[in-house]
Amino acid sequence: MTVAAAAPTRSRAPLTPYLLSAPALTLYLVLLFVPLLATALLSLHSFSLYKGIEDVYTLANYRDIFGDSYFYEIFVRTFRIAFLVTLLAAIIGAPEAYILNRMRAPWRGIFLLVALAPLLVSVISRTLGWALLFGSTGLVNQALMGAGIARTPLQFMYSETGIVIALTHVLIPFMMISVWASLQRLDPAIEHAAVSLGAASFTVLRRIVLPQALPGVLSGGIITFALAASAFATPAIIGGRRLKVASTLAYDEFLNTLNWPLGAAIAMLLLVANIVIILGCNKLLERRYAEVFR
Amino acid sequence: MSFLVLDGLTKRYGAATAVDNLSLSIEKGEFLSLLGPSGCGKTTTLQMIAGFVEPTAGAIALDGADLLAVKPAKRGLGIVFQSYALFPHMTVGANVSFGLEMRGIARGERERRVVEALDLVGLSGFADRFPRSLSGGQQQRVALARALVIRPHVLLLDEPLSNLDAKLREDMQVELRQIQRAVGITTILVTHDQAEAMALSDRIVIMNEGRVEQIASPDRAYEAPASQFVATFLGKSNVLMGRIAQGRLEICEGTWPSPCRLEGGSVAVTVRPEKIAFAEDGLEGTVRNRLFLGSQWLFQVETGAGVVLVIRQNSGESVPAEQDRVALAWRAEDMQIAPRDASEK
Repeated sequence: MTVAAAAPTRSRAPLTPYLLSAPALTLYLVLLFVPLLATALLSLHSFSLYKGIEDVYTLANYRDIFGDSYFYEIFVRTFRIAFLVTLLAAIIGAPEAYILNRMRAPWRGIFLLVALAPLLVSVISRTLGWALLFGSTGLVNQALMGAGIARTPLQFMYSETGIVIALTHVLIPFMMISVWASLQRLDPAIEHAAVSLGAASFTVLRRIVLPQALPGVLSGGIITFALAASAFATPAIIGGRRLKVASTLAYDEFLNTLNWPLGAAIAMLLLVANIVIILGCNKLLERRYAEVFR
Repeated sequence: MSFLVLDGLTKRYGAATAVDNLSLSIEKGEFLSLLGPSGCGKTTTLQMIAGFVEPTAGAIALDGADLLAVKPAKRGLGIVFQSYALFPHMTVGANVSFGLEMRGIARGERERRVVEALDLVGLSGFADRFPRSLSGGQQQRVALARALVIRPHVLLLDEPLSNLDAKLREDMQVELRQIQRAVGITTILVTHDQAEAMALSDRIVIMNEGRVEQIASPDRAYEAPASQFVATFLGKSNVLMGRIAQGRLEICEGTWPSPCRLEGGSVAVTVRPEKIAFAEDGLEGTVRNRLFLGSQWLFQVETGAGVVLVIRQNSGESVPAEQDRVALAWRAEDMQIAPRDASEK
């Protein structure tokens, strides 16, 4: 009986992991790769106002995008916004993580919740909240003028500044959590060691803590950048109809112009650009820190 | 005036007292150990000297100057941490060099002293390696080199050997002592390992529950423990209950001339296992277990006063077997006698 039981087990063994992961893999394939492939194929079709989508394969859409400074401007704006948001998130989020990491209970838990709060609020109400604050008679402008910093209301709505501020606000938690994770791996005795060797607090921060938190900042940066570059709701509301980014541009092509192939091509280009930038950063990160963090 | 003086040092955390009124004088070049079980306040004491913990009361003076008024970064103490606390993003050379850099020492001088320090700990040629690629023992040496290279006034070692395996730990003990002698640096070692403290130190401070139990040289503390805690913490000890009557100490059948004047009371008698011999008469018992340890025999003898541990050198002579009836005897001067009440606290 033992022999009989052992034999089928042996033959089944190599298949088991695949069978077990099959449901998840299927879901992944159906929900991610199939739509992605469909979009990629769609981007190769052609479109005209009279004939609609034509089932041909051509690179005309990509040629249009690369040949038109209108698209070029929008892509540059998208990545400029993503870069600024990432930079600001790092400048604000990394110190925030450091301070949070040094807090004691119960303050740590309370402030963690405060810091994560933007993620708990629906994107629409959060962005409309910013829209209220940003208006020419909004709280931000009234405060700036009241404090004498600005003489006339500043233009936040329909501006890149507004988009950057609103996106930074919601994306900081991703940066913060990523930095916090790397700070928690830090041996607290290391800071003591640096102090005992004569380092002032700022030197400890700059020479000892920051370099060890940098992998966290970089991986947080990758998440922030990817999310900022592909954000839709915030640029759509704050940027309005005129100030477009890649994702709102693709949306408009799909739903307003009904030029689905062009919209698909824009979406594919956004994806590819994002992947290239992120893989590039990842390579840099791995090469730089290979010997330190294994 | 001693080199480093701790005076009435106290640290309280709320209602809990971590270190209670600790006073201690350390001479220049001395190797001193703070020894005790975990939670006895030894690490807190070290951290107060280092400046990472603010004392609730008391004073610390280094070479006659108030050390508490000096910021931790300016105290000029070399510290080796239990976890080594090497900077993982820097090479071994940069780790060792860091303290010199903070002191603004010129590059050439810095490089010379880093090489010198790595030589001292036997790690020449490791300067370009990263800490992660080193073994535990090597990381430990780097930590020692990093602490010594700044030529500190005092070297503080916080359980430096506890993460090493037994063989390596013994080697490092010998080496640590050699290096300490060679450099002639005043050293304070915090450890819970009594063998380590005895092997390395000139004097041991035995601590329990925030208080000092005894300050003595290793052999004094071992031979004449000031309290039952010290007797049982340092090495192995037998604690037997006896009574004193007419100038003689009685433990069941055995009697000894009483070396102290306690008359007619219950006493606790402490005897080291290696001081006990098998004799014609004395405390009678039966050998329950006999373990051969190579250089020694270890016996557990059941007597009327409880199980007594006996260690005899393996001198090649025949020894009692298990279940043999034996009588245990020892010299009157080999025992410590305390009134029973005091020993029970």
